[in-house]
Amino acid sequence: MTRSTESEAGAVNAAPAKRRQAKKNKAQQRKAQLAAWGFIAPVVIYLAAAYAYPLYRNIDLSIHSYTVTSFVTGNAPFAGFAEYTGIFKNATFAAALLNTTIFVFVSIAFQFAIGLALAVFFAKRFRLNTLLRALFLVPWLLPLLVSASTWSWMLNSDSGIVNAFLKAVGAAPIDWLTSPTWSLIAVLIANIWIGIPFNLVIMYSGLQSIPDDIFEAASIDGAGGWQRFWRITFPLLRPVSAITLLLGFVYTLKVFDIIWIMTRGGPATSSTTLAIWSYQLSFGSFLPDFSSAAAVGNVLIVVAFVFALVYIRARHRLETT
Amino acid sequence: MTVQASRKARAVGAALLTLGTVAALAACSSGSNSSNTGTPASTGAGTSNASSTASGSGGTYNFWDPYPQYNATSDWTKLVESCGTRSGVTIKRTGYDTTALTTQALLAAQQGNAPDILLVDNPVVSTLAKAGALTTTAQNGLSTGEIATNILGAGVINGSTYGVPIGANTLALYYNPKILSQAGVNPASITSWSTLTAALAKVKAIGKTGITFSGINTEEGSFQFLPWFWGSGANLTNIDSPQAVAALTLWTTWLKDGYAPNSVIQDTQTTAWQEFQTGNVAFAENGTWQKATAAQMGAKVIQIPAENGGSAPVPTGGEFFTIPVQKDSSRYATSAKIVQCMSATDNIVKTDNTLNYIAPTKAGQQAQESADSSLSDWISAVGVAKARTGDNLGTKYPLISQQLWTAVQKAESGAATPSAALSAAQSAAAAAISKG
Repeated sequence: MTRSTESEAGAVNAAPAKRRQAKKNKAQQRKAQLAAWGFIAPVVIYLAAAYAYPLYRNIDLSIHSYTVTSFVTGNAPFAGFAEYTGIFKNATFAAALLNTTIFVFVSIAFQFAIGLALAVFFAKRFRLNTLLRALFLVPWLLPLLVSASTWSWMLNSDSGIVNAFLKAVGAAPIDWLTSPTWSLIAVLIANIWIGIPFNLVIMYSGLQSIPDDIFEAASIDGAGGWQRFWRITFPLLRPVSAITLLLGFVYTLKVFDIIWIMTRGGPATSSTTLAIWSYQLSFGSFLPDFSSAAAVGNVLIVVAFVFALVYIRARHRLETT
Repeated sequence: MTVQASRKARAVGAALLTLGTVAALAACSSGSNSSNTGTPASTGAGTSNASSTASGSGGTYNFWDPYPQYNATSDWTKLVESCGTRSGVTIKRTGYDTTALTTQALLAAQQGNAPDILLVDNPVVSTLAKAGALTTTAQNGLSTGEIATNILGAGVINGSTYGVPIGANTLALYYNPKILSQAGVNPASITSWSTLTAALAKVKAIGKTGITFSGINTEEGSFQFLPWFWGSGANLTNIDSPQAVAALTLWTTWLKDGYAPNSVIQDTQTTAWQEFQTGNVAFAENGTWQKATAAQMGAKVIQIPAENGGSAPVPTGGEFFTIPVQKDSSRYATSAKIVQCMSATDNIVKTDNTLNYIAPTKAGQQAQESADSSLSDWISAVGVAKARTGDNLGTKYPLISQQLWTAVQKAESGAATPSAALSAAQSAAAAAISKG
């Protein structure tokens, strides 16, 4: 009884205190939340300024029909999807799309295969391993301007070292950069060379994370080198491979500098990719066509986004199984 | 409940923050007008400020040019600054890369903070004028009386003049006298396409390269093709005419017969010149700006021949002084005074000598020739030169030019015959013009 009265009395006394406590808690919570916003603000501001606003501007440019006049006065008429249908109907679009597709898939196939092969090669310990691996990183470390200019000199029709070599071994010289059949191949070669180190580094570190005892167990069970690669290395590298391929895809899709320096998308449109075309539309002549260029840019963004979704789905499936 | 509520609050907060940032950014971009450039943001506040500048008590005038290579201590900057001092104002000079300058000028016009004076490449004048970014000489009071009409051409659109040229350069045919004498070619005999091609054949016979030019897929390619295009009698409004096909066939035949190296398809004017400098090439189509390096290697120059004899019309290169639209129109008088100073004969001759330009006025050209007689070839070349945007083409020129260089590329690389390439170009150009 006494206890209950005591507790009741206590409860009566405690009620206002509790309320006060709750108020204090709320104030504290609000303060904490404010502080949290303070911490998150730089990121949000950065994201809005560097990603959201440019993206919004790009979409805005592409759904209005901007001429130089309306670009200055700012009263471009709303065009809906007219700019998009315009670029789809343009003869350059089909060529640029085909070139982009070939460029991306052939680049990635070779970069990935060669990068993986080199990673497996370097996973074995041998003398000069580190030195050789460091040498393979050179293409990655050079400024793209330097490597692209060097490739362009090497592949020059008349004075390039590649044609000099071809002549020396008795083969016919090739107009690498100036023939419509070879120009895309020439920029592909340069791009594959530049992309190998990226694949090598990521696949190599992926290989390091596979425990040695799995390989030991496999070789005790009698698995040969080939089997060990296809049954152990390759499946265990799948998550690393997926992210390498996705990143490679996005990088290659927007490759601009190598092609621009080596061929400027030419001869004619034979090495024009969507990224090159977008640049040509907005900065290639004295009369910029910003709306069409923005539309081409948005098509590229959508393609990259679709592939990112495919990656996320594949990854999700991998995790659930 | 609370979790949901706080999540909702977070989402709303994020949305608000994003909005706030965008608004702040927009405010920044429009607010920077006045502080950056000294252009009054609001007409009311600015007028008093500017009228005091016009009366000579100072103020800052902004000047943009495409010469980033000249720093603050260069003669060019000193001339610009002294012209400001003479007009009682300070000039803030900014040098941009040529291609960046067009975009910068358009952006500045969009945001209402254009520079007071803008020096731009001549084909850009029509683009900026169409955008409504430039004042006419009638509005700004610049005088154009002494300037040769063919050089002024690029600045004239629909009867209005939008600027004055700083100088002009153009193309001619450089030759290597050593190779020509070895091959037994007399440079004076080259007066038409057939005599030139015959000379190239003789050069090839002694194991040297005939000619280099820039057939690249940029404006440079069109610029270099135009003397042959115009020299055939072709007109830019009809780029698939038989005359145009003849001009493109001339180039493709040179490539096919090995008179011109295959690399011309991707050569810029600079790389084509480097090939000529090796001493293995007889002829090079190149510009006034190479005359110093040409003299060093002993190269001489002749006019580019037209198809059936005589000099072919060549395109003019070079920049124009323009006065962009300002909210405060009282600034034009001072800007015009500054431009008049920079383009006065004494000053412009000095500038044009540094920039390797030919002066746009008779008086200026005479002063240049009396100081350096080797310029006489170039002065006569500029005399027969034509503005690319002339013939009232204006902003149609960039659209036509883009198709023209694409056609040149297709024919050179063998992707299409000259006539097929040019007729495709004509219909693409017509479509682009009707769209714009």
